[in-house]
Amino acid sequence: MTPQSFFELAERFNGGLGGSEQLFCTLGAETSDFVRFNQNRVRQAGSVRRAVLGLTLIDGARQAQASCDLSGDLDQDLARAWDLIARLRERIPHLPKDPYLQVSETPWVSDSRVGEAPPDPREAIDELIELAQGLDLVGIWASGTILEGLASSLGHRHWHQSQSFSLDWSAYRSGDQAVKASYAGLAWDQGTLAAKVEAMRRGLEVLARPARTLEPGRYRAYLAPAAVTDLMDMLAWGGFDLKAQRTRQTPLLKLVRGERSFDPRVGIQEEHARGLRPRFTPEGFEKPATVALIQGGRLAGCLVDARDGKEYGEPVNASAGAPESVTLDAGDIPSAQVLDRLGTGLYVGNLWYCNWSNPNDCRITGMTRFGTYWVEGGAITAPVKVMRFDDSLYHLLGDRLEGLTAERELIISPQTYEGRSTESYLLPGLLVSGIELAL
Amino acid sequence: MKQLQAIAHRFAAQAPACDYWTLRLVAEESDHLSVRQGVVEPSALSASLGAMVTLISGRGVGYGATSDLSPAGLRAAADQALGWAQIHARLGLFDAALHPRSDFRGEYRSPGVQPWDGLPLADKLSLLQDANRALAIDRRIVDWAAWLSYRQVHQLLVTSEGGRVAQTQDYLTPGLVAVANSGSQTQRRHGGGFDWPQQGGLERLAAADLVGDAPRVAEEAIALLAAPECPKGRMDLVLLSSQMVLQIHESIGHPLELDRILGDERNYAGTSFVTLEMFGRYRYGSERLNVTFDPGVPGELASALTDDEGSPARREYLIRAGILERPLGGRLSQARSALPGTANARASSWDRPPIDRMANINLEPDPKGGGLADLIGRVERGVLMDTNRSWSIDDSRNKFQFGCELGRLIEDGELKGLVRNPGYRGISAEFWRNLDAVGGPETLEVRGVQNCGKGEPNQAVYVGHAAPPCLFRDVACFGGGE
Repeated sequence: MTPQSFFELAERFNGGLGGSEQLFCTLGAETSDFVRFNQNRVRQAGSVRRAVLGLTLIDGARQAQASCDLSGDLDQDLARAWDLIARLRERIPHLPKDPYLQVSETPWVSDSRVGEAPPDPREAIDELIELAQGLDLVGIWASGTILEGLASSLGHRHWHQSQSFSLDWSAYRSGDQAVKASYAGLAWDQGTLAAKVEAMRRGLEVLARPARTLEPGRYRAYLAPAAVTDLMDMLAWGGFDLKAQRTRQTPLLKLVRGERSFDPRVGIQEEHARGLRPRFTPEGFEKPATVALIQGGRLAGCLVDARDGKEYGEPVNASAGAPESVTLDAGDIPSAQVLDRLGTGLYVGNLWYCNWSNPNDCRITGMTRFGTYWVEGGAITAPVKVMRFDDSLYHLLGDRLEGLTAERELIISPQTYEGRSTESYLLPGLLVSGIELAL
Repeated sequence: MKQLQAIAHRFAAQAPACDYWTLRLVAEESDHLSVRQGVVEPSALSASLGAMVTLISGRGVGYGATSDLSPAGLRAAADQALGWAQIHARLGLFDAALHPRSDFRGEYRSPGVQPWDGLPLADKLSLLQDANRALAIDRRIVDWAAWLSYRQVHQLLVTSEGGRVAQTQDYLTPGLVAVANSGSQTQRRHGGGFDWPQQGGLERLAAADLVGDAPRVAEEAIALLAAPECPKGRMDLVLLSSQMVLQIHESIGHPLELDRILGDERNYAGTSFVTLEMFGRYRYGSERLNVTFDPGVPGELASALTDDEGSPARREYLIRAGILERPLGGRLSQARSALPGTANARASSWDRPPIDRMANINLEPDPKGGGLADLIGRVERGVLMDTNRSWSIDDSRNKFQFGCELGRLIEDGELKGLVRNPGYRGISAEFWRNLDAVGGPETLEVRGVQNCGKGEPNQAVYVGHAAPPCLFRDVACFGGGE
């Protein structure tokens, strides 16, 4: 679908609206190739072509929403959408006025396009399999175009298009011993892939050493940026949402109440200007370039979508209450000195399956997974068998935070549950004086 | 379904030349109504329609999914699938000759469904408003909501060998939540069928009893605010069915998925502590542990006639008297592993290919077992836990930790007061061997989860779990605090 065809489709609906009706149309579409690997061979390969039209029909202070798949055939799509609009029209008179209905009344226009055409997946797969000869490689290639659009009867016209690739894979030595890598971005570089595969081979050499089993207890640790994504994902789960804060459901409740704080070096922002996600909300509001969430270790703000903004009287600054482009401030530890600064302790490459152990105390549990090693005297000495941690972010980002790395990694989410994600993280690594291992 | 049949007929008339193909058409409708703090949230109707073409050519298999169901759109999807089959033939993990082929014909429909449209919108909203009023019982209830979610899925699978399976599944999921707060302590309690999803329609409303259940939900949330923390230490643990669901799901269901054991999921969902050699001899749990794959339980979430590759589904024991018998593997995984399996190749929708999934995975009641009071009566010092709120397990599905919404102390065989923030952790391979008692047939509850995630690309599916309450000995339990 092109911007012209989407806007033309929306314009056709506008012509059929009643005098008091407004219509907001959204588009979410992807043309994606997916290739799964196992044992450095293709396990499952396919393509998906999908487009979803979202409709919000407003009549006075009442609204109702609907969505349908688009076929690409204008007549068919018009028929499907008109059928839904008719159902919304039947529904609206039976709905009460919605006190939290809020849309942008100021039409504006935007068009953003990021990324180059991704490489032919067939060629990329050939390259990967060739480079990974001899490795037990498992993972997924995903690439293609993602489209997001908004058109309203008020005159909003927005288009966001991204072309990207994501290679998320791991290489196993035996059992659950593996190293993980990801290569995702907007412009493909074969040299980068080769370097990542080579680094993986070096990591596997470390895994060949006898694995160390740790007893439960508190351990000095370094959490690499990929591990920090899981901690940020937990905070994204109600941590920064206005409604969660106002209804006291946020896991940062003690921080919101001023009873606890993070280390003053902790700064967290939602960086809308990163450009991977659209700058418009489904209701037509423009997202600001940045939203400060934590500054100096204390609450600085929260994410406000249109509905919550109306309920609580705050300006809209996000599409939803969870960050999409989160940033954690860098520190002053050069990444090259991480092992020296750690000295003796745990190097955690990745975390896995985190969940709230006790949200009232911002306590998270989860597992170590890929690329986790024991470090002595500033050198990696052995892989570590998987361990469960159970600890509070008030400690890991607070009184036990020794520092953050000066360099940060841009990590693009490999998630594909509701289509290919365009969420991302810009994160440093964390050096902590202790993390509680429970099992 | 007639619309799907017409599309399938057109596709068959122009099917590409290949060794085998399937066309899986999925039409899905859903509606969501919610009232929060007495305010009707925007209702959301959804209609999805698309197709997955699976194509085998020579040694390769490929997939093409599209929402363009015109002849040209389906032809394009088939061309893409053929292109991927050629790649698979050259670089594939297995010979596509192993891929299952189906000529099975049959139909399935969720039993006894009262149609969603059988109750006017105004009546549904009125019910949700009544439930809201029944939740807002105290100023300490700081947020509350009630909802109804409806979903209907029509799927038509046709194959080049004459297979044709038409299945329609209806789901109605009601729910309630009350959030209580005092200072920096917040407690949430759910009810009204929230964690009791099943196939069905409006007939499910009576049992969910949204209005009748609301006061209990709110009162328990408030009571938890002042309850002591769950004690820390090793003790006996009684899990109600509402938590057994997650325990079965994470530490029996996932580890038995054959694609995990074969390594397909190692980059994402993970591997398994279970290996191919364990089937037929490994002691998974105590003799009281009996677990089945059962697609025939009326109303259970994943009850169906076949899986999404057209393999007829039937009841099988996975674990019998504690001994591991059979993995959860569809016909492709069975062929790859040379093990028997189950009909569980499932896809989340038309835009994803089938992979090994749980369907209905049930822990069988003890035919001679008693009620919940009998389980509690066997405990000298322990805790009872109700309603999952947190779940986490390692990538081999061994080291788990769960949290529940509500706990109650058990002392000298009697239920005592509430405890808040209850949690427990353990290791699958040890935990199930400490299963000491299983509730009787009268205590069995048919539940499930609606957010089972797995696969690359990711897929979230509905999974059924039926279980009675169970008693475990010597479990590490804990409560809140930093």
